[in-house]
Amino acid sequence: MKTKVLAIDDSRTIRNLLAATLEEAGFEYHCAVDGREGVDMYPDVDPDVVITDINMPNLDGFGVIEELRGTGINSKVPILVLTTESAPELKSRARGAGATGWITKPFDDASLIFALKRVTGAAA
Amino acid sequence: MSGSIQDTFFEECEELLEATDEGLTAIEGGDHDPETVNAIFRAVHSIKGGAGAFGLDDLVAFAHRFETVFDEVRAGRMELDGKLIQLLLRSSDQLSALVEVARDGGEIDEAHNDTLLAALDEYIPEEEEDLTFEPMGLGAPAPVADLGIVPEAPAEPQEETYRIRFQPLKEMYGTGNEPFFLFQALKDMGDLTVKLDENELPGFDAMDMSESYLAWDITLVTKDSRSMVEAVFEFVEGLCELSIDGEGDAEAEANALAALDAMFSTPDAPPAPPAADAAEGEAPAVPFEPPVPAPEPEAKPAPAEEKASAPKAESGKQEQRGGPKPTLRVELERVDRLINAVGELIINHSMLAQQIANLDVSDTRDVETELEGFKNLARDIQEGVMAIRAQPVKPLFQRMARIVREASAATGKTCKLVNVGENTEVDKTVIERLSDPLTHILRNAVDHGVEKPEDREAAGKSKVGEIQLSASHRSGSVCIEIKDDGAGVNRPRVKQIAIEKGLIPENAELTDGEIDNLLFAPGFSTAKEVSNLSGRGVGMDVVKNAVTGLGGRINISSTPGKGSTFTIILPLTLAVMDGMVVSVADQTMVVPITSIVETMRGSDDMINSLGADGTLLSIRGNFVPICDVAGSLGLYRESDQQAGVYLLVETETGQRCALAVDDIHDQRQVVIKSLDGVCGEIAGVAAATILGDGKIAMILDPESIIAASPTAAAFDTERRMSNAS
Repeated sequence: MKTKVLAIDDSRTIRNLLAATLEEAGFEYHCAVDGREGVDMYPDVDPDVVITDINMPNLDGFGVIEELRGTGINSKVPILVLTTESAPELKSRARGAGATGWITKPFDDASLIFALKRVTGAAA
Repeated sequence: MSGSIQDTFFEECEELLEATDEGLTAIEGGDHDPETVNAIFRAVHSIKGGAGAFGLDDLVAFAHRFETVFDEVRAGRMELDGKLIQLLLRSSDQLSALVEVARDGGEIDEAHNDTLLAALDEYIPEEEEDLTFEPMGLGAPAPVADLGIVPEAPAEPQEETYRIRFQPLKEMYGTGNEPFFLFQALKDMGDLTVKLDENELPGFDAMDMSESYLAWDITLVTKDSRSMVEAVFEFVEGLCELSIDGEGDAEAEANALAALDAMFSTPDAPPAPPAADAAEGEAPAVPFEPPVPAPEPEAKPAPAEEKASAPKAESGKQEQRGGPKPTLRVELERVDRLINAVGELIINHSMLAQQIANLDVSDTRDVETELEGFKNLARDIQEGVMAIRAQPVKPLFQRMARIVREASAATGKTCKLVNVGENTEVDKTVIERLSDPLTHILRNAVDHGVEKPEDREAAGKSKVGEIQLSASHRSGSVCIEIKDDGAGVNRPRVKQIAIEKGLIPENAELTDGEIDNLLFAPGFSTAKEVSNLSGRGVGMDVVKNAVTGLGGRINISSTPGKGSTFTIILPLTLAVMDGMVVSVADQTMVVPITSIVETMRGSDDMINSLGADGTLLSIRGNFVPICDVAGSLGLYRESDQQAGVYLLVETETGQRCALAVDDIHDQRQVVIKSLDGVCGEIAGVAAATILGDGKIAMILDPESIIAASPTAAAFDTERRMSNAS
């Protein structure tokens, strides 16, 4: 069984980069173009891990984490946030909302896969 | 790096830059919606994110500065005043320029870039200034090797044994981190033994299910560096008690840490571990901040370029979901192929119609009904395809705002551009080729049209000059107007220059309109010396050529003291047009319907002589010069042929003329086939088309036929003199 990833990012470039890396690595890739769509898609996709951007229209990354972890969905899957800076307060805020880890942009194949591995155990 | 992903990035940049520009313009216009600021922040942030993935450092650096200032605004720590808005607008322009350089190559104007960066820096509070973009992604092994953390001879790294004590705090369990997966990641690095320590587990009655009681003692034998081992625990840093003890020499460890500290220490991220939850129990023994994992078993020193190495993507991977409004991105070439095919379809239809007409069949009504249906469908398809190529002029107009800003800055004038009709849709090629003429006209408007602020004030005008750029559809054409509220054309001076340059004779009597239109004459330039702005050694004639090259016309009207208006009329499409099929001296030709006012059959008593061989047509008491198409194209009629039909056409300047042709056949849609590269430019001929019988017909350009007609010129002079008297 492939590991299912739900990626939420409003940047087409980033979505394409994620798709390319993850599909090549054998993950099942799903994506949403903003936070609202991501949360809406979540139940159908039922992913093993979520990767979300922070700055997005229609619900930002913190909102995504809060809704996924909230009582409505009550998701227990790992959530990785995509950040541009490794600003400590950003990480602690994401973690406070319930994020599992983070991926710093720009990312390369190896770091993305490594991050996924640490939270899902899967290399693919 | 996959080209397709980078292409996507540049495409996306265009959209993001547009959004930025749009937002800033809205803010400039008094928009106070926080979402506008957020949208701009996101756009710039996305540009930065993408640029980082492709190692576009200049772009990243600039976007970062820009974004940081915006973040201040967003957080309400800074007021958006006029000065800052101007700076942000210019920064947005610079961002566009950097994207262009990244995409198309070329040089960055370093000085300008630095000036803007410095100006932006002034808005960035001290403590934030060092939030420098971290060029190194997660798991970039290269810098580690560079720093010598990996021993000098990395060919065969030494195996090392690490003893790790890992005790999660209860907080860790809410974050989705699983100890098991961390151990799995460690196992990939070497020999792993994991021992569960459940000593702290209380008796069942005393157990609190929300508490964390378990700990693990781990032994890992690996060739990977210590920092890579630490990286595995990056996400749980501060959420666990962790100690990692290498058996090897402590000195090397200290050196490595010192090197990392040196590399990462920033005012807001001091060398000390920034462990958030470290208050409980012992502080973690290891700073995690520099995340430097590398899953590869052998960490060879990698060249620096590889640090941002991106996915080896298969090209053509499509996104699985579109935006809220589903769109389809299609290569332009495919659309053009379709347009060509539709053109052929239209030609085919006319051929078929002709064949049927030639058939010796008594009743063709049924066939004709079906043929009519065919024609309507073909037209629907054509309109549909054209709609694909049609794009709103908005992006083009928005770029123009930048041109006006730059030009204003360069001339010390203050101008604002007001865009009207931005959603007017025009063929993509037309939009692309309009960019240069519009740029030129707008620079001219700022440079020569709008007065200096003090002069404007003296003239009782607002200090800020206004240039209005508008687009609209006008009976099968697109009309673009550039209207400034400046001083208008300085006619005496323009005339003087034209005489000096020998463009007109000294005693020439010209109407105001003609003087204004002298600006388009080749070799005319009013700037006393070529200004570095609108001058550049090119005159407005280049603009005119560009517009006529698109099958359009340009005209200027001006009122002294009130300003000037440039009007550009363009065909809606470059591929198909409605034309009137006529015959001239045995040749079949097509006249564009848009230029024809009316048609009539002439009788001898309607024709009057003018001068030696000029003739005028009398229409309801008015005289209109006759221009024989055959004569102007150098065609000879057989003696029994006669030009008996007149097409009344009107030029952009309002000059009327009767084009004499032999007969009118039909009115139909024709496919425009360019003659470029086939036979060069023929005066009076705009292009060619293929008719139903397969023959080629020339498409006439009435404007240039009239311009070349001596009768029309003579009559026009006379008309003007009589108007003047």
